[in-house]
This record gives sequence, structure tokens and C-alpha cells, in this order.
Amino acid sequence: MKIMPVSAIQSKRLSTRLLLILALAVMMPNVNAEYGDVVLNRISGANDMRPVIFPHWFHRIRFRCKVCHDELGFEMRAGANQINMGKIIDGQYCGMCHNGEIAWSVDECHLCHSGKPGLKTGIRGSNKTGGPGRW
Amino acid sequence: MKFRPLLYVVPLIISFALLAAEPRWQSLVEDGLHDPESPAIGVLQEPASALSLLPPDNSGNRVAWIRALREGYIEPRTNIYPETKIEVLDMDIVMEKTGELSMVMFPHKPHTEWLDCANCHDKIFVEKVDANPINMFAILSGEYCGQCHGAVAFPLTECNRCHSVPRSSFTGKPGVQPIPVSDQAPG
Repeated sequence: MKIMPVSAIQSKRLSTRLLLILALAVMMPNVNAEYGDVVLNRISGANDMRPVIFPHWFHRIRFRCKVCHDELGFEMRAGANQINMGKIIDGQYCGMCHNGEIAWSVDECHLCHSGKPGLKTGIRGSNKTGGPGRW
Repeated sequence: MKFRPLLYVVPLIISFALLAAEPRWQSLVEDGLHDPESPAIGVLQEPASALSLLPPDNSGNRVAWIRALREGYIEPRTNIYPETKIEVLDMDIVMEKTGELSMVMFPHKPHTEWLDCANCHDKIFVEKVDANPINMFAILSGEYCGQCHGAVAFPLTECNRCHSVPRSSFTGKPGVQPIPVSDQAPG
């Protein structure tokens, strides 16, 4: 085995690191969900529906966080709310507004169930952090 | 060690070019979430059509949400039930246990403009200064501040927005500040 001088090893390490950064930059998929987008697919897929894509940005223009997260009782954790269409039709959760008066009604299935089949529940578009989080 | 400028310059240029080419707001059909086959495409509002009209920011939704709210760009409803009490609290807390970093100034005002007290107290934070074992590991794992920051509120790459009080220039006492200074928008 050839023994390399320390400086050569360091230089090799450095170039590997830079190449890695470049590779990551190139490989970074050019698909970015909008920051705070939520995929809800607890039961949709199993019922042959597309997953729900919930855009936080759209809703926070119209409502403060507390309307949904306090008045309507949405837990602040994607997937933690046991929402189903029965509850929505009863006026709970999304159904408080999605009733044809404030926002579109439950007849417009595809407007909420608009995600790619097979997506996992969770917060997306928060790629600026990339920490070990469990969003 | 031999200095090889190409090794630094080329990756940098390519990275910047890639960053510059990236649109600020991805269209729904290309966002990796919406099914391009879905009939919702073309009906749902595109992020750019709404977000490009709001005060700009460099991270998250690329929108300075606090400014958008305070300057009247948006008027999000505060409540649905008429009996809901609206409370905005103007109280700053300086947290000193931040290691080598600047201390954290937590402003209640921008938080209570969006949230109800009950969203945080006592579910996420005990209502007492120094009673919460907050740390960056927990925050990065989506606990404490990380329940929102890094998910929907400005991301955790914005260190200085929270770690905003340098020890060298701070002459007051950590904890609840006698005079709130939170009127400037943190974005």
C-alpha cells in the first residue's frame, strides 16, 4: 500500500467533499412543494382516492393559524387528526368552511384529493431545514 | 497543498446557476405533490399568483408574513365563532441559555397575532420563564419552536431571527423584558 503524505490526503479529502457538494447540488430534484404543504393520506389511498394536498400558504392568507388550530381543533402535527369524510360532512374540521358557503363543498372531491397516488402523510416543502425532524 | 481554483470556482458557479434557475414558487403541476393528471390542476390557485404579491422574504414561502399582516396586504380572519376571545400579548422574553450563540428574544406579539395562547400554553411550553428544557436538538426534531418553525413558520436556517440579542450589547436582565421591543417585524 502506498503511503500518501498528509497534505495529499487532506487535499484528496477536500476535493471529495467539494465533488460531493457539487453532486448534491446537481442531484437536488427540481421539484419543491410549497413550504408548509401537507400531504394527508391516512385513509385516502386505501379508499381509492388521491391523497389530500393541504396548502398552508393559501389558508394563512385568509385565516390566522388559531382559527383551525384552536377553534376547529386541528392538532399541530400532520397525520395526528382522525379526519374522515363523515366528520367533514358533519361540519367538523375542513367541513367548517368547505360546505359550499365559505369554500367549495365536499362534492368537489378532486380539488382536495389532488395528490400523486402513494404519497406519504407529512409536511413537505420544508426542505430548508433538512434536520432529523419527524414532520 | 496545491491550490486548485477550478476545484472551488466551478462547483460554486454551477450551484449558484442552479439556485438562480430555481423558480421562487414551483407550479402545482411540477411540485412533486400534485398529480399532473388531476382535474384540480388549472382550477387550484398557483402559489406564485398569490405569493408574488406579498412582501418578499428569502426563506420558507418567500413571504414576510408578519409584514404582510401588519401592513394590510392580507387580512386573515381571527375567528369563526363570534364568542372566541382575541388576545394579543406584547411581551418579550430573553432566553440566555444559548451557549456561544446570541441570546434568544422571543416576542409574544407576532406569535399571538397568528396564534391563540392555548396553541402553545401549556401543550408545548409551560407558562413560566426557564421552565422549558428547550434545545436545538428537540427543535430540529419538531418539538417546541420546531412544531411550527421548520414546518410552516420561518425555517430553522434563519438562526439570527431568534438568536438576535448579542451578549456583549445586552445590558438588561434575561427573562421577561420590562419594555417590549417586538414592534419591528421579524419577517
